[in-house]
Amino acid sequence: MESQDAEKNPVVHKLREWDAAAVSGVVEFRGEITVVVPRTHLVRACEFLSTDSSLRFSFLSDITPVDRFPIEPRFEVNYQLLSLDRRERIRLQVWLSGKDPVVDSVTSVWPTANWHEREAFDLFGIRFEGHPDLKRILMPDDWEGHPLRKDYPTEGYR
Amino acid sequence: MTTSVMTPVGPGKAMVLNMGPQHPSTHGVLRVLLELDGEIVVKAEPIIGYLHTGIEKSCEAKTYSQAITLTDRMDYLSPLSNNLAYCLAVEKILNIEIPKRAQYVRVLLAELTRVASHLVWLGTHAIDLGAMSVFLYCFREREEVLKIFEYLSGQRMMTSYFRIGGLALEPPPDWLERVQRILDTFPAHIDEYEELLTGNRIWQARTKGVGYISAADAIAMGVSGPLLRASGVAYDIRKMFPYTSYDEFDFEIKTQSAGDCYARYQVRVAEMRESLKIVKQAMGKITPTGPFRAEVPGIIPPSREEMKTSIEGLIYHFKIFTEGFAPPPGEVYQAIESPRGELGVFIASDGSAKPYRAKFRAPSFINLQSLPKLAEGRLIADVVACIGTTDIVLGEVDR
Repeated sequence: MESQDAEKNPVVHKLREWDAAAVSGVVEFRGEITVVVPRTHLVRACEFLSTDSSLRFSFLSDITPVDRFPIEPRFEVNYQLLSLDRRERIRLQVWLSGKDPVVDSVTSVWPTANWHEREAFDLFGIRFEGHPDLKRILMPDDWEGHPLRKDYPTEGYR
Repeated sequence: MTTSVMTPVGPGKAMVLNMGPQHPSTHGVLRVLLELDGEIVVKAEPIIGYLHTGIEKSCEAKTYSQAITLTDRMDYLSPLSNNLAYCLAVEKILNIEIPKRAQYVRVLLAELTRVASHLVWLGTHAIDLGAMSVFLYCFREREEVLKIFEYLSGQRMMTSYFRIGGLALEPPPDWLERVQRILDTFPAHIDEYEELLTGNRIWQARTKGVGYISAADAIAMGVSGPLLRASGVAYDIRKMFPYTSYDEFDFEIKTQSAGDCYARYQVRVAEMRESLKIVKQAMGKITPTGPFRAEVPGIIPPSREEMKTSIEGLIYHFKIFTEGFAPPPGEVYQAIESPRGELGVFIASDGSAKPYRAKFRAPSFINLQSLPKLAEGRLIADVVACIGTTDIVLGEVDR
């Protein structure tokens, strides 16, 4: 749902000014802004948002993948950012294909992403290029399959 | 005790020691792989997943109301906080207003939960470091809070008392008198704990300078809650993005700057006192009669009387409890200040009666990630202090 307010948002505006290709869409829902970013532009956009002196999104709250099986692109990965001193939140969203879900790791921008990305890999099978130690975190090391995918049964396999 | 990182002595051949998953001081099923050089910890790697029960996956198979009971079990020491975060997220998607009376009750109970949670933290942290009497005193006091929860909801811990739209039940008429008794006696108890610990030379030796994390590192590691506030960053969601009428209450964000275990101890004890202040203010605001949940036909169940006397009430009741209600499609992220830090709930709704995706950003999961930063370079005994000071709850770490 695009809206006029989302387009007028100053952060979106600054992102577009910096690199118009980094913003492929904006969604506004219940007062929250989500910026859809092409996966090739993700890390640079994150670096910009965290280091730019007028934006300073220094805190990564959460990385949440959502499996939209069976539509393509299949995986939606949400990055919840927070600027502590500007008291503002924003969400970035990348869409990954189901056949080969891979995106660059943002651990170089926010070290906290380490465990978030491991969890995304463990439960969804999304690979993060450049992650220092991408291995399972919640499931046992020899587990097969990615439990939170929509084609994985709730009861599991016996 | 020195406050700087200690240099290893002797031939540096690292020994790998496994701590946990069954260990009295890991506060749950946490495994920490320690690489030691003598007694110095060269590397500490937390390994988790021993309590993973697939809560997020189960939420996708339940209706929005049914999933509330699952949320209690994540951070099981502050279940009402989890309820609150989840209910607020769903209420945000539904875009409904909660009556002020219900909001004030929510604030009061959330703060009592914070006190109860910090008491467990203090008791277990102290007993880990050898102060055994504090453990018993804290749990004795916590009984009073659990008795209130039982009086309100029938349950001591997994109350599920907060529901979508307000509270589950009307609170009993004299419950505030019982809360008043807590307000009358607690401050003296907190003074007792401080008398036992704050000026105690052994306590100070075991916690001062131990587990240091700088503000910059804490922010980079996504650390939140008392861990972050003890390093000097005044990030408290109750003040920054107020929810459930917290903006109508007068309280302070307690911070310290030392960034070590002692500073975190000071922050949490001060937070207990602030919580009691908030409870007192909430008691003054709660009216004896009034609505305890919002009235949104078709989404919030009607009252029992309405259900039994009017046909619309009966139909709504039936539809809500068989089909569930369907919020509009969309995604929200709602964060609250749980006793451990930023507890965030991300809900993606697809317009059906079940959450399409419910993600819980557990503060303990992220705070635990900083354990290597706290413990590396220090002695094994300090690892116990560091784990205790992060105040992790494995139910939340693993979900």
